[in-house]
Amino acid sequence: MGEIAYWLPLVWAALIGIAIVMYVLLDGFDLGIGMLFLSGTSEEERDHMMNAIAPYWDGNETWLVLGGAGLLVAFPLAYGTILPALYIPIFVMLLALVFRGVAFEFRFVSKPHHHWWDRAFALGSTVATFAQGVVLGGFMQGINIQNREFAGSTFDWLTPFSLLCGVGLMAGYILLGSAWVMMKTDGDLARRAQRHAEWALYATLFFVAAVSLWTPLMSDHIAERWFRGEHIVWLWPVPFLTAVTALVTYRGARKGSGLQTFLGGMTLFLLCFLGLGISVFPYLVFPSITLWEAAAVPESQIFSLIGALLFLPLVLGYTAFVYWTFRGKVTEGEGYH
Amino acid sequence: MDLGLDATLLARIQFAFTVTFHIIFPAFTIGLASYIATLEGIWYFRGDDRYHRLARFWTKIFAVSFAMGVVSGLPMSYQFGTNWSRFSVTTGNVIGPLLGYEVMTAFFLEATFLGIMLFGWNRVPRGLHFFSSCMVAFGTLLSAFWILSANSWMQYPTGHEVRDGIMVPVDWIAVIFNPTFPHRFAHMVTAAYITTAIVVLSVGARYWLANRYADESRVMVRMALAMILVLAPLQAFIGDQHGLKTAQYQPAKLAAMEAHWDGTKPAALVLFALPNAKTESNDYEIAIPNLGSFIITHDWNGLFPGLKQFKPADRPPLYMPFFGFRLMVAIGIWFIVLACIGGFLWWRGRLFQNRTYMRAAKYSWPLGFVAVVAGWFTTEVGRQPWIATGLVRTSEGVSPVASGAVGTSLILFFFVYLIVFSAGIVYINRLIHKGPVLQAPEGLDEGTPARPISAATETGRGRG
Repeated sequence: MGEIAYWLPLVWAALIGIAIVMYVLLDGFDLGIGMLFLSGTSEEERDHMMNAIAPYWDGNETWLVLGGAGLLVAFPLAYGTILPALYIPIFVMLLALVFRGVAFEFRFVSKPHHHWWDRAFALGSTVATFAQGVVLGGFMQGINIQNREFAGSTFDWLTPFSLLCGVGLMAGYILLGSAWVMMKTDGDLARRAQRHAEWALYATLFFVAAVSLWTPLMSDHIAERWFRGEHIVWLWPVPFLTAVTALVTYRGARKGSGLQTFLGGMTLFLLCFLGLGISVFPYLVFPSITLWEAAAVPESQIFSLIGALLFLPLVLGYTAFVYWTFRGKVTEGEGYH
Repeated sequence: MDLGLDATLLARIQFAFTVTFHIIFPAFTIGLASYIATLEGIWYFRGDDRYHRLARFWTKIFAVSFAMGVVSGLPMSYQFGTNWSRFSVTTGNVIGPLLGYEVMTAFFLEATFLGIMLFGWNRVPRGLHFFSSCMVAFGTLLSAFWILSANSWMQYPTGHEVRDGIMVPVDWIAVIFNPTFPHRFAHMVTAAYITTAIVVLSVGARYWLANRYADESRVMVRMALAMILVLAPLQAFIGDQHGLKTAQYQPAKLAAMEAHWDGTKPAALVLFALPNAKTESNDYEIAIPNLGSFIITHDWNGLFPGLKQFKPADRPPLYMPFFGFRLMVAIGIWFIVLACIGGFLWWRGRLFQNRTYMRAAKYSWPLGFVAVVAGWFTTEVGRQPWIATGLVRTSEGVSPVASGAVGTSLILFFFVYLIVFSAGIVYINRLIHKGPVLQAPEGLDEGTPARPISAATETGRGRG
């Protein structure tokens, strides 16, 4: 049992990590398109942008539900401490997602009076992304825990660092979103997306660098991990690969290859996420509750793991099938209304 | 006033508000997904185009409703943590996996195949589209399965043990199939099907009264009426069985539902009363002697516990279970009456000549939703003061967050949901008003991937 109690939380941390990465990658590009939405100059362009993501957004957002539920499944203590600590940004994110989600349907039903839903879609996407970044920042800067409970106050999360993370994530999602538009559309829209991708890449790299420098200054644990620990030889390929990926993404954006830009942007996100994991490990509620302390009992983790191993491959399979069904460029009049 | 109590009350109001708003959409989409799959199946196997038009029509309404269900459901999965963190920590080992299975087996299935259901009309073969609609319908049912299992466990927990104040599962079958679950699940799914059938009946009647879409109107009225004829009486039976389980496992809730104070005497069936906690009796009572005992114990002189047998601290609030239950039952009886009259007229061949009946059907559309919400208020308020009966009190489950944060978020939820809900109602009504027309020009067949640009631009996203 001791062995299992050691490995199970690691497996679950990996699974939740996959869910969050899936969410960030999939919903990231559709939130990015939402932020760029008002840059579409005509109704047709905006229709195009929305149709490029409409078949997927619901499935994409389900990964966010899995992230939340997964945390409750495997690490109830983390769920019960992180969420109260980040109450306001999480709440703001949820409300913003409400507006954005219904805008997909309401916009088409309310035509020709859909301008408010255009704005709701853009604003909802922007606010949701910013709030997600703040949640990330609030998590990384540490949560005040006493007696296995959140012991801080309502606005602990509100710091320059968390706001910086909020803006940084906006840049990152815009990078993914514009790369998706480059892949899925033609003409003016695609050309403009190319310019957006380029400046979003610069901004993303700036914020990645800023966060990477700020966190070791803020936390001894993180500084120790990256600069003084015994394993640093194994860790430094991560920033090196990040630099290489940035270059590849830059080339993709310059030559107008949507696929290269998109894959590059996704790899950037993966590497940042890996860096984040390395920084905070073994803590799940940084810097006081470890994976093992937060873990659900093995009975629960095993039961859910069976379900995850059975169903997640199936989920990935039919998700891939839907993406394959709607492959290629968006054509005029795609849709159902 | 104690601030902790304030936060508890605000968190409860917030949960009640958001979950009430949310349940309206699943109550509709569970039934509607199955209805659309049925319509599509008939079209697929019989090729009757009326069913195709109807499937397309209801799919549009489904899309709007489903989107509202999704976005109002998302906050629920986070609210357990933001507002009810102590509950999450103490019961997470048991509740967590049930919600996890809901996401893994149901949410992904419905959300992903929804993409094909809405946008795949021209991308995939008919059979595959039909399959996708079936998967969406199956997903909604699976989702109901897991969430009702979790809810029923909170109503009457089994299959767990308590270790250091934390609930630990010892028998998953006992956790999932806890004693109040099977009836609650049957009751809710039937309620969802009836709610949808009433809406379909009402829309059919609306077209018939306005002399529009005569063909589609007949199909809808007949299908819905047949459904209600079977399900409304069945629901009365299921509800009765569910009530017997409540008597067995949650006697305090049942006593509150029946406003039954003295368990040493046979119970009357209280038709109306204002239960009074101070005098421990009913004011303004109108009651039929012994009928309550007969309904609950199936014996005219049977005894079941009254509220006085529970300490005041262990009693649920009195009004909501009592009135909520009566409202739900009254609506259920109305549906049985509506079904029987409709069935009789149909049998006599006069169904489509009777304007009064059609008008009654037309205006009945909100009643299914009202009954579902009333039923949930009955069962959830009736569970109080426990969040997990006998294990965790509601006041022990709340998060250590400032009441200001809970109050502010509640107010914002209220306004956002008000806007979204009002807009949703307006848009659904607009879709119904427009009716089951396929706006693609004649001769433009399904399964043709590329269509003229004109067909699309005139309607925005285009029609297939």
